[in-house]
Amino acid sequence: MSLTARVAPPRYLPGQALHAEWTKFRTVAGPAWLLAEVVALTVAVAVAAASAARCRSATCGIDPATVSFTGIYPGQAVVAVAGVLAIGNEYSTGMIKLSLTAMPRRLTWFFAKATVLTAPVLTAAALAVAGAALAGRLILPGKGFTPAHGYASLTSATDVRAAAGAVLYLTLIALLSLGLAAAVRDSAAAIGLVLGVLYLFPIAAAVVSNPALARHLDQIGPLPAGQDAQATIGVHSLPLTPWQGLGVVALWTAAALLLGALALKFRDA
Amino acid sequence: MRTQTVTPDRSPLTPERESFWYLVHAEWTKFRTVRGWVVAVLVTIVAIPAFAFVSTSRGNSCAASSGAGSASAVACPAQPTGPGGEPVVDAFEFAHQPVTGNGTITVQVTSLTGRAPVVPAGDVSDGPPAGPGGLDPWSKAGIIIKENTLPGSAYAAMMVTSSNGVRMQWDYVGDTPGLTGSVSASAPRWLRLVRDGGTITGYDSADGTHWTLVGTATLPGLATTVQAGLFAAGSSDDGQFNTMATGVFRHIGLSWPATGWTGTNIGGPNAVPVLGTLRQNAGTTSVASFGDISPAAGAVYGGGGQPLQDVLAGTFFGLILLIVVAAMFITAEYRRGLIHVSLTAAPRRGRLLAAKAVVIGAVGFVAGLVAATLALAVGMHLLHGNLQWPVSLLTEARMVAGTAALLAVAAVLAFAIGTIVRSSAPAVAIVIVVIFVPYLLVRPLSAGGRGGGWDLQITPAAALSVQQSVPRFHQLIDSYSLQNGYYPLAPWAGLAVECAWAAVALALAFFLLRRRDA
Repeated sequence: MSLTARVAPPRYLPGQALHAEWTKFRTVAGPAWLLAEVVALTVAVAVAAASAARCRSATCGIDPATVSFTGIYPGQAVVAVAGVLAIGNEYSTGMIKLSLTAMPRRLTWFFAKATVLTAPVLTAAALAVAGAALAGRLILPGKGFTPAHGYASLTSATDVRAAAGAVLYLTLIALLSLGLAAAVRDSAAAIGLVLGVLYLFPIAAAVVSNPALARHLDQIGPLPAGQDAQATIGVHSLPLTPWQGLGVVALWTAAALLLGALALKFRDA
Repeated sequence: MRTQTVTPDRSPLTPERESFWYLVHAEWTKFRTVRGWVVAVLVTIVAIPAFAFVSTSRGNSCAASSGAGSASAVACPAQPTGPGGEPVVDAFEFAHQPVTGNGTITVQVTSLTGRAPVVPAGDVSDGPPAGPGGLDPWSKAGIIIKENTLPGSAYAAMMVTSSNGVRMQWDYVGDTPGLTGSVSASAPRWLRLVRDGGTITGYDSADGTHWTLVGTATLPGLATTVQAGLFAAGSSDDGQFNTMATGVFRHIGLSWPATGWTGTNIGGPNAVPVLGTLRQNAGTTSVASFGDISPAAGAVYGGGGQPLQDVLAGTFFGLILLIVVAAMFITAEYRRGLIHVSLTAAPRRGRLLAAKAVVIGAVGFVAGLVAATLALAVGMHLLHGNLQWPVSLLTEARMVAGTAALLAVAAVLAFAIGTIVRSSAPAVAIVIVVIFVPYLLVRPLSAGGRGGGWDLQITPAAALSVQQSVPRFHQLIDSYSLQNGYYPLAPWAGLAVECAWAAVALALAFFLLRRRDA
């Protein structure tokens, strides 16, 4: 009687990988704190920005959503840290070797990791954006964002679309960070790369004097493209329509995930 | 049996090995032998000047004013330049006559009134309070001696202003105060200009008898025959020329032969509605005009040139690389466990921290110095003839040294934060956010509003002010916004803010490194 016959062949189901990654995620305090920081930072900056904003005339041209979602600027950096550390911590602690031994199908492991990151980030982003929008809704009417100045409602379908855009944007940024972290394997380099991709495009667009080039930079960069998805007024004069903007961010994320997946599959861990 | 004192077998600590610089040398060796870090620093040095090519790219259109960015070619609007090569606004109603040789012009100003800008009903003005009678604080009228009637020619003038008393101004940037208080029929002001060769001296008086010297202007190469006369200008507010000032003159005295006044609208940039008039009645002459005679700084500038600091925009790119390297300089020690070896070799933890800070700061400074020098050299060449404001050698030196210091202090800050949090990703993210986000936020937050910019005063991003290359003028009302190249703090004050952040972070890092187990 052969002994091997009794051992079931390993089956590495995606469900198992998901369960394992979820257990890893929820049993470490770090990610939960980071996501709490995303919410706190985004809402705090929203309150500060809304309190500082003033609309003095019907032609002030300030987008209330831009004011409310000011906190997305620093908030996305925390989301990026969460995304980078999801992979970066595996490498820096050497856990990656254990993970890949337990789940040799690397892409299954990778996408389980991405999925497990997505759900909590989506939740945190929704909370952050809802808090920021609420802060704007409560504070901005007292700062001149009144029907008399052309701000009839701050809860129209457009505003809901902008809020949804902001939530999806933050989630995509987390996945972008995860993909790039898998590609470069080092947390410091990865976060530098992600924040460079996010912040350098709008800075470059603001500095270049060639308007055509500046417009292209605003179309290509994930941060300005994502902002187009969060706009509620003057949408027609933006470099991209809201959904195009989100599409650009999604392309960046897809490219980063692809890069990370390829690096993971064809390189020694 | 004899007991013997045995010296413990230790390697002798030579004074050389105890010295701080030995530790610095050890840390430098650690730095230069990590290939990735050296490559990152070299990329910084190349990237900063390389970005000058992007930031000065002009495409087929003039950027400065169009904003929205159409692809069609737009002719670059020209801004007149003054005697010093600086862009100027020179648009006003000039009642003039030619005068030859030395002489004096004297006048009594009895009123300066204005027409308020039209504000739509229900709007609240957020500008500075307008001067009395719908004038801007620097609305002016007075006497002027000017080389010719071409915009940008040399001049010296004595004037009354609506809120700044009597002033003598010359060659667009010169300004010195005379009598205070505003002018009225009961408190008229007497003004006098005396030409002596290339020197023009201004006097003022409250009664026409007792004269006080206000200032002396030297206009090199002033022609023998120049134009002398009366002028008025409404002045501007944040680039808007909405105010018309009217000056009423009496008792005009000329030492030259009087040939009668000619009223001329001195030309201006397209934005200025020069609608000047000259009225002469018995005994009184009045000149009314929009426009201004001033430096074209801030929002007033309508030309297509770029400020020199744009060529240093690659600093942001260099900052990211340096911040990553500086944070890793300590977090890699924790990650690899090298910190145990380092602290065993140098048990005095404060010295280790200082040695590492010196090394990473020096690396940042040298990289910044080389990169900024190259960027300015390349940028001056690229911007040739397209520079918004002429930059002195001293300012260039400040921009280079300041950028080097900005990078050095940012590196030390990243290193200190890395020591505090002991993990790369949060450390890098914190430092990048506190430097980049304030800079990015100033634009949307200050849109449509004055002031703001507080986040560029209290965060390390304040240090970017060392790169400012355009001057501000007290005699020109403007928001001096970031869009036009102005930072809220003075160059070295901004750098001091960044230094304070780094110092506090280093102190905290020192405290934690000593108190915590490694």
